[in-house]
Amino acid sequence: MVDPVSDATSASADTPQSAASKLFDIRLIIGGLFTLYGLMLTISGFFTSASDRQKASGININLWLGIGMLVLGGFFLVWHRLSPKRVEPTPDQPEGTESQ
Amino acid sequence: MSLGRTVGCVHREPRRRGRLSAVLLKLDVNFFDWTILAIYFTLVVAIGVMARRAIATSEDFLLAGRSLPAWVTGIAFISANLGAIEILGMAANGAQYGMSTLHFYWIGAVPAMVFLGLVMMPFYYGSRVRTVPEFLLRRFNPATHLFNALSFAAAAVLTAGVNLFALALVINALIGWPIWVSIMISAGFVLAYITLGGLSGAIYNEVLQFFVIVAGLVPLVIIGLHSVGGYAGLKERVTHTALGANSFHTWSGTAVGHWSNPLGDWIGIVMGLGFVLSFGYWTTNFAEVQRALSAKDLNSAQRTPLIGSYPKIFIPALTIIPGLIALVLVPKLGQLDKAGNPTGLPYNDAIPALMNKFLPNGALGIALAGLLAAFMAGMAANISSFNTVFTYDIWQTYLVKGRRDGYYLKVGRIVTVVGILVGIGTAFIASGYSNIMNYIQLLFSYFNAPLFATFIVAMFWKRATPWAGFWGLVAGSIGAAAMHFGGYHIAYFYPGGVYDPSHLTDNEQMLNFYGALTAFVADVVVTVAVTMVTKPKPVAELAGLVWGVPDPNAPDPNTVPKPPWWASPKLLGGTSLGIVLVLSFIFI
Repeated sequence: MVDPVSDATSASADTPQSAASKLFDIRLIIGGLFTLYGLMLTISGFFTSASDRQKASGININLWLGIGMLVLGGFFLVWHRLSPKRVEPTPDQPEGTESQ
Repeated sequence: MSLGRTVGCVHREPRRRGRLSAVLLKLDVNFFDWTILAIYFTLVVAIGVMARRAIATSEDFLLAGRSLPAWVTGIAFISANLGAIEILGMAANGAQYGMSTLHFYWIGAVPAMVFLGLVMMPFYYGSRVRTVPEFLLRRFNPATHLFNALSFAAAAVLTAGVNLFALALVINALIGWPIWVSIMISAGFVLAYITLGGLSGAIYNEVLQFFVIVAGLVPLVIIGLHSVGGYAGLKERVTHTALGANSFHTWSGTAVGHWSNPLGDWIGIVMGLGFVLSFGYWTTNFAEVQRALSAKDLNSAQRTPLIGSYPKIFIPALTIIPGLIALVLVPKLGQLDKAGNPTGLPYNDAIPALMNKFLPNGALGIALAGLLAAFMAGMAANISSFNTVFTYDIWQTYLVKGRRDGYYLKVGRIVTVVGILVGIGTAFIASGYSNIMNYIQLLFSYFNAPLFATFIVAMFWKRATPWAGFWGLVAGSIGAAAMHFGGYHIAYFYPGGVYDPSHLTDNEQMLNFYGALTAFVADVVVTVAVTMVTKPKPVAELAGLVWGVPDPNAPDPNTVPKPPWWASPKLLGGTSLGIVLVLSFIFI
């Protein structure tokens, strides 16, 4: 799927077709990693020792960081769900409409 | 550590003992942190493996098939610059110079990024060049092209090696692995994900790394501010350090003639840093521009640096603020005794010292993963731009022309492996002879200094001749070198204007800014002079490369779908500049 703008340089007989459209969606990776990290930190945040809490100036940082990472991970997963990657670059459609 | 190519990350420990070493500091890493690190680095390699199936052509491998959405390339654009040397160096600058360090972000980056997106990107992306040197080939001649392609390729490999060595030093200090083990393992990870996944693998990892490093640094700022009594408390306590009350005012002491600001006078800051150095780095460094060229269309390419400018505005909160917090909380940070030996941790250790002080296991693992990822990204960005320039600009243009695309895809992969091997060699040389590396980097910084002058003339003056391009670059490089070797003899560059025969107190940042100005002026003067006596290119050959000479093959602007209002480059760029302006008044 060569970019439609590039008609001047598009594939000659020697050039194989670009496979760029097969690239996976990074939002799934970010969403998955941050959800996993978020769970790990949040759970450990329930068992924070008094000395760890004191070290962090009285803040239960694992709990708060865990919750923050869960929110970010959730954001990427929901975004991916609402507007999945389009295979063909088409003119933008309103968010949430079916495009595949 | 002076990295010629990266504006502002030139942090030098007082009196040229610039090393990212942390002799006294060892992190208390436990099983929980190791699990977090293991998950992260498994994913790093997995991204490379999964990106592999999207590679069928050389452009898929070297330019991510020009298919990525703007938010991905925009974050990668900023992430490629947000290497660990930059993060640690900017925190160090914050501790040493105070809020004046903001100049490296606001005046020293954002205007250039907006200029790249709004003004220059149509020439780069619209002309379908695959690299920055290729633009010089089409605009000028092979001599200009080779001068730029060779110096870029060599500098990129070298910077990759220096990043690798810095990473090994940090791993050695914080975790305790031997230097050579760290070098081999880190290089192995980078090799795996960019040889398999190409630029897509590199960019996807940069995007992931951006979020992880932010997640690692935010806790430091929150806990740090809490423990010093908030922002007001920090300000109060910094006032009582050697930095003094002016450290929270970015423009104080910048009067021309009798400067006292740690970054010198406003001419150097605005023209040297804000104009020549910043525009030169952000608009002509292929490691940056490449991210925009991998975007899926012109609008996305234009938005790449514009989207990247928003995080850039706010990153100082994650670097300068921790630097200042470390200054008040870490005893004797950056202090030297009379003989010049350190009595405390070096400034570069500001962030690792705070990690050690504040973070419990878990949050520590996240911060460490972010930091190590940022080091690897610094190396990967350089290798993934090196392989593209070497394959297209050197191999395909001069050595083996006219083969099938599959051949150049193979060459690209081999060159990637070779680049990493050379990087490893460089890292080992750096570990034995760090002075040699500093000199070589300095040499390359001369080549970079005049680049923006040549590009701006190239894009806006169609009369500028092919040989003017070449001799302008040569003259600018000589100008930069001359200022470097001659500048410290000038009393004006010493605090209070008092010349110090031992050359120990000169303001190196200010000399750096004025050196860039010298290079710019020399380049423009020689370019104009040579143009007067040589023959210009026929205008037909400049189509799409110069302002006012449209490309007849370009699609009719009326048929290109108009982007929605929120994707308008002008709106994005204008808003970004507006935010910087407001913030600049707040921190004046």
